Amino acid sequence: MESRAVSLAIRVGTGLVLACLYVPLLIVVIYSFNNSVSQTWPITSFTTRYYFFAWHDPDVRTALATSLTVALIATLLAFFLGSLAAFAVHRFRFFGRNTVSFVLVLPIALPGILTGIALNTAFNNYAIPFGVLTIILGHTTFCIVVVYNNVLARLRRTGGSQVEASMDLGADGWQTFRYITWPVIRTAVIAGMLLAFALSFDEIVVTNFTSGTELTIPKFIYNNLRQPRNRPVVNVVAVVVLLVMFIPVYIAQRLAGAEAGTAAGRRATLRSETEPGL
Amino acid sequence: MVSDEADRPAGTRTRVSAFLFRHPRLRLGGLLGVPGLWFLVIYLGALVVMYATAFWHLDAFTGLVVKQFSLSNFKRIVDVPVYRTVILRTAGIAAAVALTDIVLGFPVAYYAARLAPARRRTAVLIAIVLPLWANYLVRIFAWKLILSPGGLLEWLFAKAGMHVTIGSSLVAVWIVFCYLWLPYVILPIYAALERVPGSLLEASSDLGARGWRTFRKVVFPLIIPGIVAGSIFAFSLTLGDYIVVQLVGKSAFIGNVIYDSVGIANDIPFAAAFALVPLAIMSIYLFVAWRLGAFEAL
Repeated sequence: MESRAVSLAIRVGTGLVLACLYVPLLIVVIYSFNNSVSQTWPITSFTTRYYFFAWHDPDVRTALATSLTVALIATLLAFFLGSLAAFAVHRFRFFGRNTVSFVLVLPIALPGILTGIALNTAFNNYAIPFGVLTIILGHTTFCIVVVYNNVLARLRRTGGSQVEASMDLGADGWQTFRYITWPVIRTAVIAGMLLAFALSFDEIVVTNFTSGTELTIPKFIYNNLRQPRNRPVVNVVAVVVLLVMFIPVYIAQRLAGAEAGTAAGRRATLRSETEPGL
Repeated sequence: MVSDEADRPAGTRTRVSAFLFRHPRLRLGGLLGVPGLWFLVIYLGALVVMYATAFWHLDAFTGLVVKQFSLSNFKRIVDVPVYRTVILRTAGIAAAVALTDIVLGFPVAYYAARLAPARRRTAVLIAIVLPLWANYLVRIFAWKLILSPGGLLEWLFAKAGMHVTIGSSLVAVWIVFCYLWLPYVILPIYAALERVPGSLLEASSDLGARGWRTFRKVVFPLIIPGIVAGSIFAFSLTLGDYIVVQLVGKSAFIGNVIYDSVGIANDIPFAAAFALVPLAIMSIYLFVAWRLGAFEAL
């Protein structure tokens, strides 16, 4: 139905918009090699020395250690809780089944500040000290849905006949899981975990409310963005974070194909049959 | 199924399996118990606590929370004119962001859904979504670099013979929000466009409608739910954000009032009460969207 001119206009528009999505990220990469502390354009001289500075910065190291610890533990917890919930919803019909997806997605569907402040008030109220533990509790809560959705989507796609066949042939529950179910869902589980890891490693909105004085990598960037002195190091950390984020997401996408985070989008992955809030 | 278990020596594992097979409720409890409890205690519990806290208040002299029912926080939100300005400013920019993203996102969604060959389509979709996985702070930071005085944008304008500095301003906030949420807006519009059946377009053109008319009378009404769905993301995310304004803006948004109530004033009851404002706005917005059938497009 498109005339030649319209079609051309749409192509040009698409190209421009996609360029706008990536040029800013490229700018950050270029600035990380900026020799000068001032951030004016054009950049006059380039250096890699701030990469060494960043590597030896004690704050960056602490923040990296905390971020990795939190992301690993939150991912493992999300793996257990998300997979269990996915199996429950897939295998059983029970009262409130339709609300499970809805409730699990709430921490991501509601504005982050609501989740943050809710957790903050609750931790305050129960006098739980802010620190690594509270960060993990928060991150796990919004990572569960990522694993849950990936696993549930895979379970739905495969159907139950293989499981029934396995049991008809005399396999017990464990054998059926080990030889039938697990191989089928394995890549979906790993993809979900990688996405959960990326989500946790990246999070700042909720973390600000649940971390107290504990430093994570996004918090390091956040705290130092407004301190001109540290800007070169922030540039470098920003580039490293970009790389660290893309690797797990890329692998997850290869593993799980369209059903993983990429084709459906970070929030849009979360769609499932009952999803009203998204 | 497991009836043949008597034929062979039944190990403990087989017996456990069989037992569980006969008691589906037990299996369900085992599966759903822990995740259910986690959400009930940590998340839903927290939401309830927050909701309750909104009705408490801070003692003006001691600075301690008085756990007594009162509507004073809500009264303050309604009575103090600054808060009304903040709410209107936030909702206004949120609407502007949603609108801009729809305009910017439409060609991309249209290209991916109807013009691109299959392989190119996948590539375009990945290209749209990948920036979402770039760190949120880094994406804001990128624009801070571009927009700040002496930055790339000022330099570009200077090359064109104009003197424009955006710096930290409402315009900068608007640009950054548009950039951050654009992929969220493109995806539902793409999904809606992809679902428009080709036969309808052929029918329209057989009946003599030209491109523009077909678009206005056939395509557009069918993708409205997708457009509304996209705007929900842009709107909701803007309402809940506090970091963009801190980094590239000057005047406070709803999120900043909440954040500062916790961080600076330490008035958690007021923060909790104010957090209900975006929730209320979103509820109204979602209700309207639901009436327009936007949820089917997700």
